[in-house]
Amino acid sequence: MTPLAKLLEAALFAAPRPIPLESLASLDTESSPAAVSAALDELREHYDVDGHGVELVEQGGGWQILTRAEYAEAIERAQVAVRPQRLSPAALETLAIIAYRQPIGRAEIEEIRGVAVGSVLKSLHERGLLDIVGRSESIGRPLLYGTTPQFLEQFGLRHLEELPRADELAIALRGAGTAVIGSAADDDA
Amino acid sequence: MIAPSFRVNDAENSGFVVELSHFTGPLDLLLSLIRDEQVDIYDIPIARIAEQFLARISTLGLDEAADYLEMAARLLRIKAQMLLPRADGEESWEDPRAELVRRLLEYQQMREVVDLLEHRGESRRHQFGRRWVPQAVDIMPANAPLSLSLGELLAAVDRVLRTTKEPTLHEVVPRSLDVAGAMGTIRAVLAMRRNARWTDLIGNDAEPWQILSVLLALLEMAKLGELRIAQHQPFASVEIMRDAISEAA
Repeated sequence: MTPLAKLLEAALFAAPRPIPLESLASLDTESSPAAVSAALDELREHYDVDGHGVELVEQGGGWQILTRAEYAEAIERAQVAVRPQRLSPAALETLAIIAYRQPIGRAEIEEIRGVAVGSVLKSLHERGLLDIVGRSESIGRPLLYGTTPQFLEQFGLRHLEELPRADELAIALRGAGTAVIGSAADDDA
Repeated sequence: MIAPSFRVNDAENSGFVVELSHFTGPLDLLLSLIRDEQVDIYDIPIARIAEQFLARISTLGLDEAADYLEMAARLLRIKAQMLLPRADGEESWEDPRAELVRRLLEYQQMREVVDLLEHRGESRRHQFGRRWVPQAVDIMPANAPLSLSLGELLAAVDRVLRTTKEPTLHEVVPRSLDVAGAMGTIRAVLAMRRNARWTDLIGNDAEPWQILSVLLALLEMAKLGELRIAQHQPFASVEIMRDAISEAA
């Protein structure tokens, strides 16, 4: 391995969170961003080709060394580390809406889900998966929510753009079906 | 779509958000009915679906009843609107179901994202990262109140003890308690006076074993009905009284 790849490995080993590319580049000011990217590729290949128990992953807005999935069960069985709890369907629905519509207020989330989401928002906030990103200018100045880097990390996403665009989903709202959709005014005003 | 069986499991395992029902809301239930009935989402037979919806909410015992009832009311209104006569070939007629269809599609689209997140989250759960969290170095102001947990205190004591090569050991002499003796003392005091205070029973320089003996003797005698113990407010002096009933006997 090149010295730069070793340096990156050391930094990634020491970090509890994904390290963004810019931070990795600042480890060695002599190296160009391109050289850092090349060194990352080298390190990733090193892990993949030589058969390591860990791998280099790009996610959550940065790079991180993670254990390989095949060892998860043994690691958890021996209580070396604990897997995070799965989220409930209600929590996932709420997160999905926030991920696409952020910044979004509680009322809008409730309108899409059709249920009250106060307690779900609180739990998700406690788990660090969403954050209050501002206040709406509308009446009552409700809080606006957005997802956090930890959300990306927990769902193995590099960045939000990795989620399919709304028009790429199987059920795209625009141009869907033949019924008169979207033209109807809110009938419960 | 999340398979219903999976969601049942998840609700049991998560403990995160307790969901009594298998449905995450009225739209979820509605979509499930539309699927079960195999009807076209763009041409929902409102009367049939509304009826089914009402039947399901009454049997499921759903906890967020208000959200479901609101949807039930909406369905019934749409059903009524559908029954209104309309002129043939009227261009301006708007399908009363349009808004509902829009919401259902929007909801279904979101559920597609849920599937994706679920899938990604599940694979990520099988990988562990490093979990070292740096200790925050906090320089406390000089007069800050001491705040530390019992564990921290014990760890500190442990560290101090380990620095001395030969810790001074204190020899513990076992002393047996003298409950019987203490009971004798209490009886003697109560024979002379009706009421006594805890402080009357133990001397100023009583040793721990004596205090414990008196305490156990008091509890024992209270159990036997020889005396009564009262404390009129927290941390007040404990009053010891001859038991009126045993006195009368």
